[in-house]
Amino acid sequence: MSITLAKRRVIPGFGLTMGFTLLYMGLVFLIPVGAFLLYTTTMSWETFWSAITQRQVVASYKLSFGGSLIAATINLVFGALVAWVLVRYRFPGRRVVDALVDLPFALPTAVAGIALVTLYASTGWVGQYLEIFGIRVAYTQLGVVVALTYIGLPFVVRTVQPVLEDLEAEWEEASASLGAGRLTTLRRVIFPALLPALLTGYALAFARALGEYGSVVFISGNLPFRTEITPLLIVSKAEQYDYHGAAAIGTVMLLAAFSMLLVINGLQWWAGRRHA
Amino acid sequence: MSTSLTATPPQDISSTRWRRATEEPAWIRLTLITLALTFVTLFLVLPLTVVLYGAFERGIGVWWAAVQDPDALSAIRLTLLIVAIVVPLNTVFGIAAAWAIAKFEFRGKPVLISLIDMPFAISPVVVGLIFVILFGSQGWLGPWLAAHDLRIIFAVPGIVIVIAFGTLPFIARELIPLMQQQGKEEEEASLTLGANGWKTFWYVTLPNIKWGLIYGVILCNARAMGEFGAVAVVSGRIRGETNTMPLHIEVLYNEYMFTAAFAVSSLLTGLALVTIIIKSMVEWQEERRQRIAAT
Amino acid sequence: MSIEIDHVNKHFRDFVAVDNVSLTFNEGELTALLGPSGSGKTTLLRIIAGLEQPDTGRIRFHGEDTTDKHVSQRGVGFVFQHYALFKHMTVFQNVAYGLTVRPRQSRPSKADINAKVMHLLELVQLDWTAHRYPHQLSGGQRQRIALARALAVEPKVLLLDEPFGALDAKVRAELRRWLRRLHDDIHVTSVFVTHDQEEALEVSDRVVVMNKGRVEQDGSPEQVYDTPANPFVYRFLGNVNLFHARLHDGVARIGDIQLPAPEFHGYHNERGEAYVRPHEIEVLATRQHDDALHSQIELVSVIGPTVRLELRTNNTETLVHAELSKHHFHSLGLKQGSDAWIRPTHSRIFLPDERVANG
Repeated sequence: MSITLAKRRVIPGFGLTMGFTLLYMGLVFLIPVGAFLLYTTTMSWETFWSAITQRQVVASYKLSFGGSLIAATINLVFGALVAWVLVRYRFPGRRVVDALVDLPFALPTAVAGIALVTLYASTGWVGQYLEIFGIRVAYTQLGVVVALTYIGLPFVVRTVQPVLEDLEAEWEEASASLGAGRLTTLRRVIFPALLPALLTGYALAFARALGEYGSVVFISGNLPFRTEITPLLIVSKAEQYDYHGAAAIGTVMLLAAFSMLLVINGLQWWAGRRHA
Repeated sequence: MSTSLTATPPQDISSTRWRRATEEPAWIRLTLITLALTFVTLFLVLPLTVVLYGAFERGIGVWWAAVQDPDALSAIRLTLLIVAIVVPLNTVFGIAAAWAIAKFEFRGKPVLISLIDMPFAISPVVVGLIFVILFGSQGWLGPWLAAHDLRIIFAVPGIVIVIAFGTLPFIARELIPLMQQQGKEEEEASLTLGANGWKTFWYVTLPNIKWGLIYGVILCNARAMGEFGAVAVVSGRIRGETNTMPLHIEVLYNEYMFTAAFAVSSLLTGLALVTIIIKSMVEWQEERRQRIAAT
Repeated sequence: MSIEIDHVNKHFRDFVAVDNVSLTFNEGELTALLGPSGSGKTTLLRIIAGLEQPDTGRIRFHGEDTTDKHVSQRGVGFVFQHYALFKHMTVFQNVAYGLTVRPRQSRPSKADINAKVMHLLELVQLDWTAHRYPHQLSGGQRQRIALARALAVEPKVLLLDEPFGALDAKVRAELRRWLRRLHDDIHVTSVFVTHDQEEALEVSDRVVVMNKGRVEQDGSPEQVYDTPANPFVYRFLGNVNLFHARLHDGVARIGDIQLPAPEFHGYHNERGEAYVRPHEIEVLATRQHDDALHSQIELVSVIGPTVRLELRTNNTETLVHAELSKHHFHSLGLKQGSDAWIRPTHSRIFLPDERVANG
């Protein structure tokens, strides 16, 4: 005798929780995002293309992508350094520094924006000393990079830190016992182990910087062709009711975000496979 | 597995001449620490200090007056109203999503997890734009909404929905790995002892995820109160009506009322500090738990 | 309460975990489900508990079909391999849990719960830990608390999943004797899963040997050890030597040795395999019988009171393991490198395709 039974799960609540999850995600963002992409398709290709290739818009891409790339690279180097120092060394205030790394994550971007411009303005605490060397930060492209560096700071630190913590001392000891110097061990043993995490953090910092608005608009000065980031252009077009122009650029940003998400997922899959 | 804190004992800066295999010479250690601290000071400590300094520079009286300003109070009230709607919704969502993902096997789970992360990757101004285009007066549903005398854009509902969108992942992202790591044995044990689903969740699951949940809620709260880009697009910045705290700060700053801007900022900064303190507490809790588990 | 498993199947994706198993566990018996990892024993236990749903087949408790009953209504006590104690509750709260989560109408009074929990804690000899948390206890203590917690709901059947798997050797041995005595006291129908044959043989009234989702043998500990049903059971329960033999007219030949094999009377010059346990190999210093194999002692290892020998036979070059008492070994006057003669005192013969010729 064998009777096929209806599929039933032992732990209760699958239907309820899954149903709510999908319903909420659908209402809050899946349907709106889908509708937005649908709206973009109602534009003619010529309208769309001319909207996203205006000279002012292209200049903003260069600044947004270039600035994000530079900021993410700064974070790659200093983020790895901060993670290393936090995991490997003991010094007074370590716990405080460790906690502070999350500040850009928790502090509203508008607050960060006015704080950064106040600091780096030519009369500010930091700006006045940079002024002596002829370096201007506020209202320049350098200011954009400073703000994007700030906003992406937690990512490399927080992806590298756990991997560094899990790194067994045995590997380094083995390397040293086989005659390698500290630098060789770093290059041949530690760096390869950290590589997936470094790249993931780099991609996360880049993706975050690309879409950032609040912390940049105060320090950048928003000069067309010079210090205007792409998100700012979207805002000003939306405020002028140029919905087609805004939607076209917004679609470009959305597609860039999706591709970054794919890249990050790929990197995490790679990191997970290497870890296993 | 033991964490490296035990595997590689971190070194004191001062050390004897004997050097262990996993350690660098003292001068290198000192240089690296100095570099890292300089970076952290420039990008984290100074911005934090400048906000608090700016807020209290002219005394607590001026600070208090700025916070008591009617426009500031209305921005605070609006912000609190919005988080009172958004945070509970995202909390229920986070718990539901984590339960479904951590306690069950189903096809497409990795896709679902990536989808939950998606709002995090989308630029806040694009989030705002999406809803302006859907519900704005010249948007898709604009004429229909106007005919029924409903306002979403340049009104509170629009602000609520963009903030819900932007902060949707935070609680779920905290809970999913936590609940996956805890597995389902304790829940199964509870069920074999005759408890139903709700009791199992309430008495067994919830106490286990308590700290992660608290941190997720507080982070979601901080991000909801501080959301700027998306709100800037949909709110219309109507003073005393649709200005949230971050928008109010922007208005004050652009009107050169720096002390007032920093005073309102200091409230949000305080919230951010509470958030990272709670995160540290959660992590210490976890470290302690792991140390106990290792013994 | 008896448990009846009726043609149960369970697969995970393309892995068959339980393959058409039918079994009955008798009232008050303590049964071991023994098998290597992946043999389906834990899945079967979880199906009995209601933690997994069988693809097909039925489960009955004392004749009543419980297949569709939810785990929380089934009245089983389940002890998890890693205890699954609630970390945030004290020992007392853990044991009391099953009583405190009952609906108000059937929930005992506070005083009754208190009395019951303390009684159970005394039964597992841990009443002094009532106000501690699980992480303050040792592994063995946690396991006993997990057992007390399962017993608190007065289960009709008690199911234990590798109950001693996570403990070290000494605690394991103590705890399994204790479990045996406890079972003799409370006499609830119990099934426990183990991959440790010694544990199964020592503790249980009955052993069910499983492999690849199927039942290989079902019988008393003595039966499965002394008369394994097939080569798998032979190999799984303890060490065994395998000799290639020729079967001819009710006799099995291994080199010069002739073993009676009446069950193979009709066979002519067929290949067979003889299974002999190490302690069933007689080791002699001189050639006293015609039918002994000449061999050399390659390795002598002394393990406490017993001696294990590795011998290589001279003509077939087979490696043979033998086991004897240290006392006996010394009386033989043999050492590493010595010549010795061996012969099986007892054996079971199977055909190479693992068919059993005789029960």
